[in-house]
Amino acid sequence: MNGVHDMGGMHGFGPVLHDEEASPFHAPWEGRVFGMMTALTRGRHTFNLDEMRRAVESIPPAQYLASVYYALRLAALRILLVEKGVVTASEIDAMVRKFGGEPERVRRATRRDDPALAAALLAEIERLPQRPREAIAPRFRPGDRVVARNQHVEGHTRLPRYARGKEGVIHRVHGVYDFPDTKAHGRGNHPAPVYSVRFAARDLWGDAVSPRDSVYIDLWENYLDPA
Amino acid sequence: MHDHREGGGHDAGHHHGAEHHHGAEMSQTQLLTAALESLLVEKGLLSSDTIDQLVERYENDIGPMIGARVVARAWADPAYKQRLLSDSASALAELGIHMDNLVVVENTPAVHNAVVCTLCSCYPWAVLGLPPTWYKEPAYRSRMVIEPRTVLREFGLDLDGTVEVRVWDSSAEQRYLVLPERPAGTEGMTEAELARLVSRDSMIGVARVAAPARAR
Repeated sequence: MNGVHDMGGMHGFGPVLHDEEASPFHAPWEGRVFGMMTALTRGRHTFNLDEMRRAVESIPPAQYLASVYYALRLAALRILLVEKGVVTASEIDAMVRKFGGEPERVRRATRRDDPALAAALLAEIERLPQRPREAIAPRFRPGDRVVARNQHVEGHTRLPRYARGKEGVIHRVHGVYDFPDTKAHGRGNHPAPVYSVRFAARDLWGDAVSPRDSVYIDLWENYLDPA
Repeated sequence: MHDHREGGGHDAGHHHGAEHHHGAEMSQTQLLTAALESLLVEKGLLSSDTIDQLVERYENDIGPMIGARVVARAWADPAYKQRLLSDSASALAELGIHMDNLVVVENTPAVHNAVVCTLCSCYPWAVLGLPPTWYKEPAYRSRMVIEPRTVLREFGLDLDGTVEVRVWDSSAEQRYLVLPERPAGTEGMTEAELARLVSRDSMIGVARVAAPARAR
């Protein structure tokens, strides 16, 4: 989708603020969101990462830009848990109301440990992910000139807007991977070859940039045509 | 910028102006987090200790020191470096790291590589841990593909015009690790000493590895 998440080449976001941080989490709730998200995707496979990204991208643009990373993941978690029927919206609302009525210092999530479940989920998370087994011969070879399709899919896609309609050269064949455009919407895995495609910076951004520079983008075969 | 966002208001006092209008939004975020966690735990889908252990692993055990070990080995052993560049999965497995989708790109005096994810925040967790906040922010994601030299200059890395810049947008399932240049003055250092020099930022490609103090 032509969403605000697809921000390669946009202007106006200001300087990069590279503060040093002691922890990847700014507050305890961020760690809890990270834990839930990771356990439900890579541990339990309640939903996949393409669905997670699709849910994040469905957040309205103003809210997306106004939210920190883990607030977006939390909103996506809520969307997907309801969508998958794991919890209902009214169960969530009731639980939020119950916690909202309690003073902050006693507001703690239900505590229930299960060492066997924790061990099983951590082992699953650290296992290498399953790759598609289909042997699909790639249509392109390194050195082939290709053009990224000028297509504007309304749903989830991994073809960045800044590459659409642009010509590039196949740099490397990565192998066969599930197709996110369908997998994100429960429409099947439809594995296809993925390539590293080299785009000259000038073909993307015009003559003001260095003729030496390039951007390499990983693209599914379904995003490419012969140039 | 991230200090003014919903769910922000962390680090009270660190970023100016974040707290005064943030109390309500902040507590909504915390309320929803606690509500979802409670429901998942009560339904038996997750346990509290699952979440505790994941947080602890990514706070303490899985971080850039793993990637630094890989870089140090590649610097110390040219044959290992070749294996790492051509078949990263087996080279990583030699060090007990299990990851089959890593592409390692080598910085040289003529070529500078840097990594971004313009669409979300893809990052090589198994070797670098979770990404720093700036890597996930719009400023880095939007600008790194269109003006990498300016962004790198803001990081303190001023590249000569003769250097070729390659930016890798992690848009599919491959993850990228930059193999930085080994600094001068490190001859004779052990792998462990070398690993201590390698910063996270140098493996993202937004910094060089600084020469050790005693060599300067």
